[in-house]
Amino acid sequence: MEVTRQSMDVDIVCVGFGPATGGFLTTLARALVDEAGQPVVESRVMPGMPPQVLCYERADDLGFGVSGVVTRARGIRASFPELDPAEIPMAHPVAHEKVLYLQDPIGASRRSTGVNLLDKLVSGGRWLLRYEDHAAELPYTPGFLRKDGGLLLSIGQFNQWVAAQLMGSGLVQLWPGMPVAEPLIENNAVIGVRLVDQGTDRLGNPDAGYLPGMDVRAALTVVGDGPIGPVGRKLDEHFGLPPGHHQRDWAVGMKMLVELPQGCPLEPGTVLHTIGYPEPEIFGYLYVYPGGTASLGIFVPSWLDSPVRNSYRYLQHWMMHPALWRYLRGGRMRSWGAKSLQESGLQGEPYLAGDGYARIGEGSGSTNVLTGSGVDEAWTTGTQLAEGVIELLRAGQPFTRENLEKAYVARRRGSWVEKEGRAAEHARDGFQRGILTGFMGMGLTGLSGGRLNLSGSSRPPHERVPSLVDYYRGQLSPETIEEVRRECTSAGTGLHEQLMERSGWPEIPYDGQLLVSHQDALLMGGKVQAPPGYADHVVFLSSDLCQRCQEKLCIEICSGQAITPGGDGGVPQFDREKCIHCGACVWNCTQARLDDPEHANIEFRAGAGGLHSAEN
Amino acid sequence: MSSGFHLVVCGSLVPDPLQTLEPVTGPAGPALKNEMMLPSVLDPWAGHALYEAAHLAESAPDSKVWLVSLGPKARLQQLMMSIAQKVPFELVALDGSAGGFTDPTEVAAVLANAVQGIAGLERDRLLLFGGCASASRDAGATMQMVGERLGITEQFLAVDELTVECDGSLKVLERIEGAQYQISVCAGPPAVLAWATGNLPEPPNNPQVGMVNMRSVMPALQRAQPAPVAAEGVKFLDVTVPRQQRDTRIVRDMPVDEIARELVDWIRG
Repeated sequence: MEVTRQSMDVDIVCVGFGPATGGFLTTLARALVDEAGQPVVESRVMPGMPPQVLCYERADDLGFGVSGVVTRARGIRASFPELDPAEIPMAHPVAHEKVLYLQDPIGASRRSTGVNLLDKLVSGGRWLLRYEDHAAELPYTPGFLRKDGGLLLSIGQFNQWVAAQLMGSGLVQLWPGMPVAEPLIENNAVIGVRLVDQGTDRLGNPDAGYLPGMDVRAALTVVGDGPIGPVGRKLDEHFGLPPGHHQRDWAVGMKMLVELPQGCPLEPGTVLHTIGYPEPEIFGYLYVYPGGTASLGIFVPSWLDSPVRNSYRYLQHWMMHPALWRYLRGGRMRSWGAKSLQESGLQGEPYLAGDGYARIGEGSGSTNVLTGSGVDEAWTTGTQLAEGVIELLRAGQPFTRENLEKAYVARRRGSWVEKEGRAAEHARDGFQRGILTGFMGMGLTGLSGGRLNLSGSSRPPHERVPSLVDYYRGQLSPETIEEVRRECTSAGTGLHEQLMERSGWPEIPYDGQLLVSHQDALLMGGKVQAPPGYADHVVFLSSDLCQRCQEKLCIEICSGQAITPGGDGGVPQFDREKCIHCGACVWNCTQARLDDPEHANIEFRAGAGGLHSAEN
Repeated sequence: MSSGFHLVVCGSLVPDPLQTLEPVTGPAGPALKNEMMLPSVLDPWAGHALYEAAHLAESAPDSKVWLVSLGPKARLQQLMMSIAQKVPFELVALDGSAGGFTDPTEVAAVLANAVQGIAGLERDRLLLFGGCASASRDAGATMQMVGERLGITEQFLAVDELTVECDGSLKVLERIEGAQYQISVCAGPPAVLAWATGNLPEPPNNPQVGMVNMRSVMPALQRAQPAPVAAEGVKFLDVTVPRQQRDTRIVRDMPVDEIARELVDWIRG
């Protein structure tokens, strides 16, 4: 049936409101009118007015569901030279920074011979190091990890602060709660975007109050919808990635905002980075905000080759490590969430511009994978695009690929974002060969400014995630695994809780305020919800592939327990009302599509709802 | 003479009910911890009133909807991003507290003044809508007092349905005690209708509606006058939020009757 869609013409449409789009719109809005408030350039669609600039954000409000960061904030400070961190709720200058190597205090962590040797060396040399509570403080924090002069930011609060100024200017419109389904592509040019259909059933069929998604046509589409954004991914499907590029390296960052207990000695501005525990591949962080709160979390990377990797359970074990628990015991969860991070950096960079569109931010490969910094880089790519767009608008030139290459891409190539990103490009390749090789590779890259690297070939999940039997060989018998699988499938749960406990991880002693069940974290911390009338955005493409899949890592990794075993153990079930839109299912699916092995069997489409917390 | 209505909706924001709300005592009295950081939503009762007003305006040509909103300007601006795509309205913004620790009398005075100040508002076409209560100011008295101050004596509380009859009279379905409805008919505007839940779902987001609304929303926010409301003379002896108790369990294919029985047992327990 032919669907009649409304259509609307604007000058510039942006997809996704994160730091990159914040940087873009902040720079652009300042240049659209002169000091007298008169348009410097005229709208093509509303002559006499300034250009009509709209931004659509998927989440129910701006700043929902992102996280705490530590950033050097060079690009942000360049946009706000007089910035006083006190203006931004929860922001604070970086004061102390240290790296802790966490040993395994309970003996359940899977440590290679090399890591065990490292543990012994650390234990043996404890008199040389600051060693306490099964943790050693690295005597020296390498320069590439330090954020001297930087800021701690709650990105939720920062985004809201930026948005308030933008809306106050009256020059741009920001619309949260409005997912964008896909780009509109004609003759290989992007001519705008299509908003998601509303008033549908779970399969997307028209239902009560059906409103077909509107086509928003624009001379320029700015794509800043992050690494799992449907518009960016559709562009990648259509145009492909540049030769030699891939997007195989990921991590899921799971985090909390915690109200620290009374008497906690950590001071605002303190930054702790951790390595070594709960699994050696998992990194952690703890940033102390003013007002007795801290943002903390872990990163579970795609090179942690476990078929039952689960961020929530690991986060709880990480918090309970004695070196952290001494600060956190008695604390209270205020908010919680998770997000996928694109860890391929420049190796995952898509085409940055084409006819009618430009890519900015994390989805454009701007994250520096050596320094672990993404927000400032994303912001800066937004400002670079805005400077180019202003140039083209003033010159009356169209947004063709050629013009955007000159005005935006060349600007980006000549900037610190590119220079440092290029030096970091292969910083994490060593992790493909093991955790110690990874650390050595990062060190080598960092200390040599990218001139020396350790190599390692990235592989998609179907080539690297082992079977359950192989993973637990020597620890659990195939019969035990099968028994757990039967029990969990029948109970509608994932396998990781049982398998982790049977392989040595202790039960979590719930305290009802910081250590709570995963479901309670959804309610207490994530405040997760989904409005009715939208199609499911997580779609299992081939039921055959799901039937064949033994591991079903999508269920284990799901940050919101939104994916659970299907009735017959085949195609998993998806509950939209629990999804926090982290997108981890996409890159954890171990079943390659038959016609496109670079992509897996789960499609992550545009969807409404998710986390409802901006304290992060 | 036009047959359309002038629909004025009084409604503002409340903290997103999913947030962790914690009362604290500040220098100016009770407040919610981190209130300015908590996401806000349109007060659910006011939301019903607004959607009913928009629906009525759509069916009665030459009608117009105003939304009179009292809240911190920055938070109102943020709220508008969420609701301005829903239905067409013209905003009248008042820059003051939207917290739960204000005196309804003061709030009503400010709202009534704002309504009186709306240019072009015709009293004989005026239907004053609002929530029958508020998620943060749940005295259930504010709309009555606004009506009193404007001299509107036709007042209906806890309204679930409004029908405009052929002769222009208004038939109103009102909730009353004992889980019953009362049906009233009044000759026509002016009237106050404080809505319970109405019958309309939340409208979908319509970008064109958003574009049109925003042309007047931003100037209205820039014009917003300070509207100091407090609780002069009121003493808060104790402030608590309702206690929550959670008991989560995943079940599959459980008969509805059994779920209901379990819930009842759980509540009784």
